[in-house]
Amino acid sequence: MNSTDDFRLGGKVFRSRFILGSGKFSHAMMRTVIENAGVELATVAVRRANAGGRENILEQVPENVALLPNTSGARTADEAVRIARLARELGCGDFVKVEVIADSRYLLPDNGETVKACEALVEEGFVVLPYMYPDLYAARALKAAGAAAIMPLGAPIGSNRGLLTRDFIRILIDEVDLPVIVDAGIGCPSQACEAMEMGCAAVMANTAIATAGDVALMARAFRAAIEAGRLAYRAGLGRTLAAGGEASSPLTGFLE
Amino acid sequence: MRVNGEETVLRNSATLLRFLQTQGFDPKAVAVERNGAIVARADFGTTELAADDVLEILRFVGGG
Repeated sequence: MNSTDDFRLGGKVFRSRFILGSGKFSHAMMRTVIENAGVELATVAVRRANAGGRENILEQVPENVALLPNTSGARTADEAVRIARLARELGCGDFVKVEVIADSRYLLPDNGETVKACEALVEEGFVVLPYMYPDLYAARALKAAGAAAIMPLGAPIGSNRGLLTRDFIRILIDEVDLPVIVDAGIGCPSQACEAMEMGCAAVMANTAIATAGDVALMARAFRAAIEAGRLAYRAGLGRTLAAGGEASSPLTGFLE
Repeated sequence: MRVNGEETVLRNSATLLRFLQTQGFDPKAVAVERNGAIVARADFGTTELAADDVLEILRFVGGG
């Protein structure tokens, strides 16, 4: 990647615009997936430890990959703040993905609680990346609260249904001066590519890779798609004709 | 004591560090909340547990 297109977030510089969700992978696969994805940022969750348990996920994460702990499990802003503090205590930096979900059927984030959690955590010095439903007012409130980016969903978590919210993500890209990182629902590389073409700063995916036939190969495919989409965005997409066609070959010079 | 939601008996007085070690937790890989307050890792060795303590011992796992 061209070094002038670095992705800056919370005082760190990333060359990759692909963020990996680490759920649904075995420890054995984790490192392989991270390497094939070429990510420099991966989410983790915070859960109770098992007495005598030996597996430490951090052993599978290469040194150049930063961690983005999520507040999964939180149903309220208070719970999100509690999880974030515990995550920071685990000693892997100040980044936190705020995820506040009270509904277990659709797993939609509660924007109101997310804004409250963001305000509290920014105050405590966290770099906050809030997972949100693409609502312009909430996005503005998150920016005002000091969020480092916004992470609107494309479709429900784990659904692989793609950019159902594309028109509303586009509004956020146009109106909110923060990196827009699509997170949730992206089901295949072409959707990740489309998100980048639209002007997203980065894309996060998890289930699309974890549920693929060949997980490592799919991680590579996503990497290529996200790079392609970013190049296309920087290149500027060609115009779309509202009606009719326009020849690509000369109209004269033979068989007129 | 209640540890990670389960009742357990604190037989002898112990520091949090000792408790973690004897229970097989890696003190460097966990964060601990004692009675709702985070205990800093530097204080594990000097925090004396009480019989009615409620502990939450957390670590990172895979998650999206």
